[in-house]
Amino acid sequence: MSASTIEAAPVPEAFSDDDAAQARFEATRRYLAWRRRLLPVIATAAILIIWELSVHFFDIKPYIAPAPTAVAVKLVEKFGLLMTNLGPTAIEAISGFLLGNIAAVLIATSFVYQRTVEEAFFPVAVMVHTIPVMAYAPILVLLLGNGMSAKIAIAAMICFFPTLVNMTRGLRNVNPQHMELMRILSASPTEIFFKLRFKNSLPYLFSALKIAAATSVIGAIVGEWIGSTTGIGALIIQATYNFDSPLLYATIVVGSCFSAFFFGIISWAERMSLKWNVAETI
Amino acid sequence: MEAAVLEQNSRKSAATAAAVELSRVTVRFTTERGSVTALENIDLSVPDGGFLTLLGPSGCGKSTLLRVVSDLIRPTSGSVRILGGEASAARARRDIGFVFQDAALLPWRTALENVALPLEVGGKNSRPGRRTPKELLELVGLSGWENALPHELSGGMRQRVSIARALVNDPRLLLMDEPFGALDEITRDRLNEELLSIWEETGTTILFVTHSIYEAAFLGQKVLLLAARPGRVRETVPVPLPSPRRIEQRESLEFIELAAHLRRVLETC
Repeated sequence: MSASTIEAAPVPEAFSDDDAAQARFEATRRYLAWRRRLLPVIATAAILIIWELSVHFFDIKPYIAPAPTAVAVKLVEKFGLLMTNLGPTAIEAISGFLLGNIAAVLIATSFVYQRTVEEAFFPVAVMVHTIPVMAYAPILVLLLGNGMSAKIAIAAMICFFPTLVNMTRGLRNVNPQHMELMRILSASPTEIFFKLRFKNSLPYLFSALKIAAATSVIGAIVGEWIGSTTGIGALIIQATYNFDSPLLYATIVVGSCFSAFFFGIISWAERMSLKWNVAETI
Repeated sequence: MEAAVLEQNSRKSAATAAAVELSRVTVRFTTERGSVTALENIDLSVPDGGFLTLLGPSGCGKSTLLRVVSDLIRPTSGSVRILGGEASAARARRDIGFVFQDAALLPWRTALENVALPLEVGGKNSRPGRRTPKELLELVGLSGWENALPHELSGGMRQRVSIARALVNDPRLLLMDEPFGALDEITRDRLNEELLSIWEETGTTILFVTHSIYEAAFLGQKVLLLAARPGRVRETVPVPLPSPRRIEQRESLEFIELAAHLRRVLETC
């Protein structure tokens, strides 16, 4: 009995074709997919219609709560203004996102290799994290001035902690058998890091990045509340003080659209790089 | 030419010695609840090209024993000689292949990339074997599945990939830690037969841990029974079955008698 007589394992062609059943299956799947997309759209539309009707029905003043149509009109009218203000906010949020996350990944790596560093600095990180963003934003503006750097720093700080915690967990939660395998193969620490630990941490990293995508925009906006003249945050403050509620709402819509777009990009990157991670891609 | 002759000689001299030679090996772990003796005075010897199965109840230190042989755990006392030298040297030469309980494939690598992993890490230690990763996948019956990710494979197929990975450096000693424990019986029987043919084809020495009496008796030339708490050698039972073995031999009278004997000893472990 030689090894070449080993029978082949079942191959993918083992599925039999039943065209009618296959078509029914595909139809059900398409129906479910459309349902999943349409239901939130219908719900949103319903909320907007109820809102619009109640503004007219109860005769609510526009500066208290504008009707969705008024917001939409403002969105079109002031599109140029909104976009010029989105520019700096986007730059601040993205730079803060990059800075905060890169710092968190590097520090998490040092935590995993130097327990002492973790023992010394993790409590410090927790303490800083417990300070509300509204409290340290003015401090950073005082330290870094009224330019973009203060806003970038605030956005970076708000991203930093979730990524630090998740990344430390991801780098450390390595399957012990994978570790033993690497030791049997006499793998170097660099090989263990790049071929095992880092890959292993990617699902953890991406869950943190998705949180950070939204919070970095919040960080930038909060930073702009403090004496800034441009940006989504500055526009929110100006619109509020001018009782220009439609503009305020339009600004919020632009800000959250940008957050959603940023989140979408990160989710797409996650799907692209984590095809192997079934639990996450479902 | 000269190098080849030298290598052959060294292989020959190693062949006369035992592939695995443990004498009075004791392993103690210290935990917060006190010291635990995992293995006590283990003597064991496997000839070059032999197939020894280790059978015992859970907690008898079977897995610890494989980790001592593969230099993952240093014994507290006793001596370990692997292929005529230190276990660490054998490991560094890639003479030891290890098959884990749950395949331990890297989930982000395809079947082929998983088999090729030993060739990518370990720097100068990673010498290629006679077979390429693709040929090894063929050997374990997985041609056509090279680009499948582990989650797309069944448990049996994952374990086949893991066996192919363990063979990629042509190890002279293959350590298997309950590799088929989580598989259904039909798949397990089939992989048992395939493992025997791979063993005959490659001539590698195999140390196989299991808690299945039938698997231990069917695969091994000898079965080493271990008793638990502390783990120690209870008995070494030679298996008188002729080779090549077929799964039907498990229905023979001598096999049934052997299994019954193993069960009786195991009950006292």
